[in-house]
Amino acid sequence: MAASSAVDFRTRLQDWLPKLVLAPSFAVTLLFVYGFILFTIFLSFTGSKMLPRFTWVGFENYEKLWALPAWHTAIVNIAIFASLYIVICTAIGLMLAIFLDQKIRGEGMLRPIYLYPMALSFIVTGTAWKWFLDPGIGLQHVMRQWGWESFTFTWIKDSDMAIYTIVLAAVWQTSGFVMAMFLAGLRGIDNEILKAAQIDGASNWQLYRRIVIPLLRPAFLSAFVILSHLAIKSYDLVVALTGGGPGRATEMPATFMYSYTFTRNQMGIGASSAVIMLMTIAAIMVPYLYAELKEKK
Amino acid sequence: MAAVAQDTAVSTGRVTRVFIYLVLLLFALFYLLPLYVMGINSVKPLSEITGGNMMALPQVWTLAPWASAWSTAQIGVEPTGLKPYFLNSILMVVPAVAISSIVGALNGYILTKWRFRGDTWVFGLMLFSCFIPFQIVLIPMAVVLGKLGLAGSVPGLILVHVVYGIGFTTLYFRNYYAAFPTELIRAAQIDGAGFFRIFWRILLPVSGPIAVVSVIWQFTNIWNDFLFGASFGGTSQPMTVALNNLVQSSTGVKEYNVHFAGAILAALPTLFVYIVAGRYFVRGLMAGSVKG
Repeated sequence: MAASSAVDFRTRLQDWLPKLVLAPSFAVTLLFVYGFILFTIFLSFTGSKMLPRFTWVGFENYEKLWALPAWHTAIVNIAIFASLYIVICTAIGLMLAIFLDQKIRGEGMLRPIYLYPMALSFIVTGTAWKWFLDPGIGLQHVMRQWGWESFTFTWIKDSDMAIYTIVLAAVWQTSGFVMAMFLAGLRGIDNEILKAAQIDGASNWQLYRRIVIPLLRPAFLSAFVILSHLAIKSYDLVVALTGGGPGRATEMPATFMYSYTFTRNQMGIGASSAVIMLMTIAAIMVPYLYAELKEKK
Repeated sequence: MAAVAQDTAVSTGRVTRVFIYLVLLLFALFYLLPLYVMGINSVKPLSEITGGNMMALPQVWTLAPWASAWSTAQIGVEPTGLKPYFLNSILMVVPAVAISSIVGALNGYILTKWRFRGDTWVFGLMLFSCFIPFQIVLIPMAVVLGKLGLAGSVPGLILVHVVYGIGFTTLYFRNYYAAFPTELIRAAQIDGAGFFRIFWRILLPVSGPIAVVSVIWQFTNIWNDFLFGASFGGTSQPMTVALNNLVQSSTGVKEYNVHFAGAILAALPTLFVYIVAGRYFVRGLMAGSVKG
């Protein structure tokens, strides 16, 4: 009898083992992700300043937040940045992928050149572009030395234009990665479909517009999801490139949240701005992930 | 019928091809430009940058900016150079990558080969955690790290990176193991092999390609992280934070050549990994992100 109960125990253990091994990860996720989200949401309804405080103030922080000019700047900036960043990255990525797919000699050389910026930190990217765009030593200086005396390029010092320098550096960093996503999609398309269309007399332009691009729908969707996620999180690049300036001209929600929470001691307002960021991302990610997981079943 | 062996069935005329090559080369220049500027100006004396031309080759070649960036440059208030921060980053990255990859492999194994009621929900909740803006967890994380006595320490940063990394590593291993025939697992079970034995003897030996992806992904993300390092680094700040302190410091003359050398130092490990194993990374990343 003793032997059989030992066997019994072993099989019971084997049944439970997978769940036991998975449990710590799941518990950590529940606590550090979902627990923390709830805590931040809670804080956004309290009068927390430098440290968390548990005095309930209702929607006061949200009212204050939306009345702040700095938050308005941040919202306008993220709208400009995200839309330009997503559109330009997608356009460049798609174009480069289609061009590279034309039996190009040296494709093996070009692909890593397009892709390597993705391996860099946004701080490195920001530093490189910061000095390259600096009128005193960078592009403007170089052009004038080369004899174009009237060349002027001061976007990075100009409150109205500085946001576009962030777009430029961000596009430089990620467009090659988007190219790789489209290239993978292009290589997955069945050539027979293209040949059939050619036999029917379709031009190259028609071929891409009517057949290839519609077939790349999944790659477009993935690119959109990844780029919008990167855009809303963008913190490091702004810090390294412009530091949120000139003045507060390139403030973004991510930099706003950080400065209100940790340097201006307005934790309640900082928390409410984080909640709005999360809601924006969730609105994009949840339907996407839901569809992906349902499809997989 | 010659077209059968070709990559794409589309054929282009000569003028179009010249145009295509031109555009491809222009973009190659665009992507290489900042690297060229960084590299070339990191081996120039400062006077050649401020007085000279940023695009020109150095007249005097010098490695002094590199030496300064590594061991004597002013970071914050201490003239320590980037060396101690580079070591902090290594001490943080290696354990964080190893732990999150191993945990991700086990999770992926369980979620595909030991399925249970509600496993899709468990996975869905872990997957969503990859995509949250980290601002939403900064405040409670600061509180918890303080309570655990891990604030401002390398172990604290390891904990943070493991916690927010296992979502991605689980995703990669789950997608990879999903394609592995479950019948083989069942057969091994009938032969009396247990949970860990099956993982160790059957799945792990075939996990090479996805392990490469997981390690490179985690390595790049954790090495390049700035937000967590700046928030919780304290006295154990990683390389990215130190580089930013070096570049943004407002005291004294701006030593652009030292900044560029520092930026390359901060980029070297990930660039190296990318050059050595980049091909597998991209291939796996596609499988992971396009298929979800």
